[in-house]
Amino acid sequence: MSERQLLVGPFNRVEGDLEIRLDIEGGAVRAAYANSPLFRGFEMMLPGKDPRDALTLTPRICGICSISQSAAAAFALADAGRAEMPEQGALAASILHGVENMADHVTHFHLFFMPDFCRPSYAGRAWHQRALQRFTAMEGSAAKTMVEARARLLHIVGMLGGKWPHTLAIQPGGVTRAPDARDKVRIQTLLRAFRRFLETSLFGAPLEAFVGLSSLRDLDVWSTGDAGLFLEIAGDLDLASLGRGPGRYLSAGAYPMPSGRVSRAGVWQGGAVTAFDPAQIVEDVSHAWMLGGAAHPAQGVTAPDEEMREEAYSWCKAPRLGGQPVEVGALARQAVDGHPLAQALAAEGGVRARITGRLLEIARLQIWLEDWAARLDPAACFMGAWTLPEAGSGTGTGVGLVEAARGTLGHWLRIEGGKIASYQIVAPTTWNFSPRDAGGAAGPVEAALVGCPVGEAEDTPVSVQHVVRSFDPCMVCTVH
Amino acid sequence: MNVLWLQSAGCGGCTMSLLCAENPNVFDTLGDAGIRFLWHPSFSLETGAEARRILESVEAGETPLDVLCVEGSIVTGPRGTGKYHMLAGTGRSMLDWVQSLAPKARHVVAVGSCAAFGGITAAGGNPAGALGLQWDGTLEGGALPGAFRSASGLPVINVAGCPTHPAWVTETLLLLAGEAMSEGDLDPFRRPRFYADHLVHHGCTKNEFYEYKASARSLSEMGCMMEHLGCVGTQAVGDCNIRPWNGEGSCTRGGYPCIACTSPEFEEPNHPFTETPTIAGIPVGLPSDMPKAWFMALASLSKAATPKRIDVNAHSDRIRVAPTLRVKRK
Ligand code: SF4
Ligand code: SF4
Repeated sequence: MSERQLLVGPFNRVEGDLEIRLDIEGGAVRAAYANSPLFRGFEMMLPGKDPRDALTLTPRICGICSISQSAAAAFALADAGRAEMPEQGALAASILHGVENMADHVTHFHLFFMPDFCRPSYAGRAWHQRALQRFTAMEGSAAKTMVEARARLLHIVGMLGGKWPHTLAIQPGGVTRAPDARDKVRIQTLLRAFRRFLETSLFGAPLEAFVGLSSLRDLDVWSTGDAGLFLEIAGDLDLASLGRGPGRYLSAGAYPMPSGRVSRAGVWQGGAVTAFDPAQIVEDVSHAWMLGGAAHPAQGVTAPDEEMREEAYSWCKAPRLGGQPVEVGALARQAVDGHPLAQALAAEGGVRARITGRLLEIARLQIWLEDWAARLDPAACFMGAWTLPEAGSGTGTGVGLVEAARGTLGHWLRIEGGKIASYQIVAPTTWNFSPRDAGGAAGPVEAALVGCPVGEAEDTPVSVQHVVRSFDPCMVCTVH
Repeated sequence: MNVLWLQSAGCGGCTMSLLCAENPNVFDTLGDAGIRFLWHPSFSLETGAEARRILESVEAGETPLDVLCVEGSIVTGPRGTGKYHMLAGTGRSMLDWVQSLAPKARHVVAVGSCAAFGGITAAGGNPAGALGLQWDGTLEGGALPGAFRSASGLPVINVAGCPTHPAWVTETLLLLAGEAMSEGDLDPFRRPRFYADHLVHHGCTKNEFYEYKASARSLSEMGCMMEHLGCVGTQAVGDCNIRPWNGEGSCTRGGYPCIACTSPEFEEPNHPFTETPTIAGIPVGLPSDMPKAWFMALASLSKAATPKRIDVNAHSDRIRVAPTLRVKRK
């Protein structure tokens, strides 16, 4: 078969705009180049502003992981001001953040990922009619049930955080609204209703049964709910071996509380977890339309290359950990945290692993949320006093590392003279959709696309779509 | 009625908010009224070449377009080229696409403050050269000229908000589908008056604190946030406290100030968002339609008359003093 090139875009059912260039040879992808085609310049807007303004501006980087951005900003400011949230404030912030991550995961599965199996090219497959009935875009019964369940779940953010997205409720010292006893029982009631949706629709079984799966053999016999439908499709299309990533997974540890992070931080590779050292992060700009050299985000600059030079092909910088690309996301978090099924899936590394890792996290996160809600103490203090480095002369630095739905998110902040002097952000999709680095190493999705089968008549290969969407990219965060 | 939805330089949050529509869910709210998406970047099946064919068919006039919705500002940088956002797979800037598609549409709707006025993308010196569809902040004329009128004769309808309340979007589309929106239904910044004739202050749960100028001094105190914490709910348009968000929320109910996200140039208030600028102790921005002398006279009078319950609660993170009840004994 002949060699050809394809330009795939606009790539929808991802958050934001994405373009993928493919070199195709012998009916498969030989090389892939991921372009984030939108530049807005948030890192250039922030310098000179009052540090507190980061809490208003950075959530607006992204409408789907707005609370993640707000939490990262709050922790970066708290770090700069040597402040810590009181235990109950951190608990309420985790509930807000966990609800957003949950909403993102179910949105991804039902609206972004599954509709691809409704394509006419799959007509005749044993599962196709069921996929159509459940996941036809904007009409499928599962899609509608999900949007209703999701909208009700987000009432928790309405109650605790005013609105979603773009709440200002999470502050370096805690949260702005102290929930009372009535709020607590409403939150618990909303969570019980959401559990019903998960157990009747998505899993078709108690969540604890899914969390209890400990091996790929256990997973192979799971057949209930839409999770079962996905696994049946994954088996039929061999999605287990499609789209293997770099095999290195990073998590900064999710949900920071004074007593520690709820899920562990670390790097998973080849079955072993090692410590995550944020000092090992370097953002390379060799193939990004960015000027300046490779730098740690604490020293990084954002200077767009207005000439858009030939060798570069994306506005996205290329973060590397210890010089190597890493994959981030739910699968990474669960593998690093030590869940046995997630670790087996991390070794498998393809489309099935990423989606199942997300399903596993949905089940575990629901249980965590219920636990956090039960621990809310309506008599407690939810906001502690905190101060910024003194206005006028104040100088300080801070880092905020959190786990957004799509993976590790970091904010690096420097304050000089009481104003923001530098603000650098590395978002989950910056990791996963990074372009090549100076050594020529491809970013995680670029590597995962190599080998994807492409039919002679295809101009928008469906295998490429499955792989790209399995990462759940958020392009607006990527470049910010 | 068909709708083509494009996302440009924004955060996607207005679409995410739209998914929070309720009673019934967003797909039924629109679908039951015969409103369908020709293409939506977050919801539609079509990708890549299939999506390009839809855009090309509208551009060529082969597919009639009822409503063009644009979410996100239009970036013009670097140096007026629009290359900071090339619509993926097309080799053309979003600026070019929007200018080409808008005249084909019966109505053009800017969804969110970015698309309406430039919004957050235009903050901090506007590095990407962000414009609204038909406005550049408070000035008429954006990616489309101020004189632009869509096929219906209406200017761009600015459903401003950061993000937009889901109902602001669904109801605008429902009114358009019912031929029930005319120029008189838009305010001077072309925002639909059904939500823009209200102020955020209307229905705020802190109204009693406001009456006595019993003011919160730090976030998490229950008092009114106008005096110290930057709340501009008395000037900002929106029915946020009449028809709450996500069940029963709003910014002020969440314990943080309204920053007038429905207004052009809200992104650059010229002071920290959560701090009220004052001159000689008097807030710079006074409530809409309120003469300054009256405001000062009423404020000092009401402050002096503040009941203890209101004073204590204003400075607490929860109700400490309950309203006094007169219980009769036998
Ligand atoms: S907090 Fe804002 S909206 Fe609420 S009463 Fe005070 S000024 Fe009005
Ligand atoms: S309360 Fe003010 S800032 Fe909040 S959504 Fe409404 S208009 Fe926007």
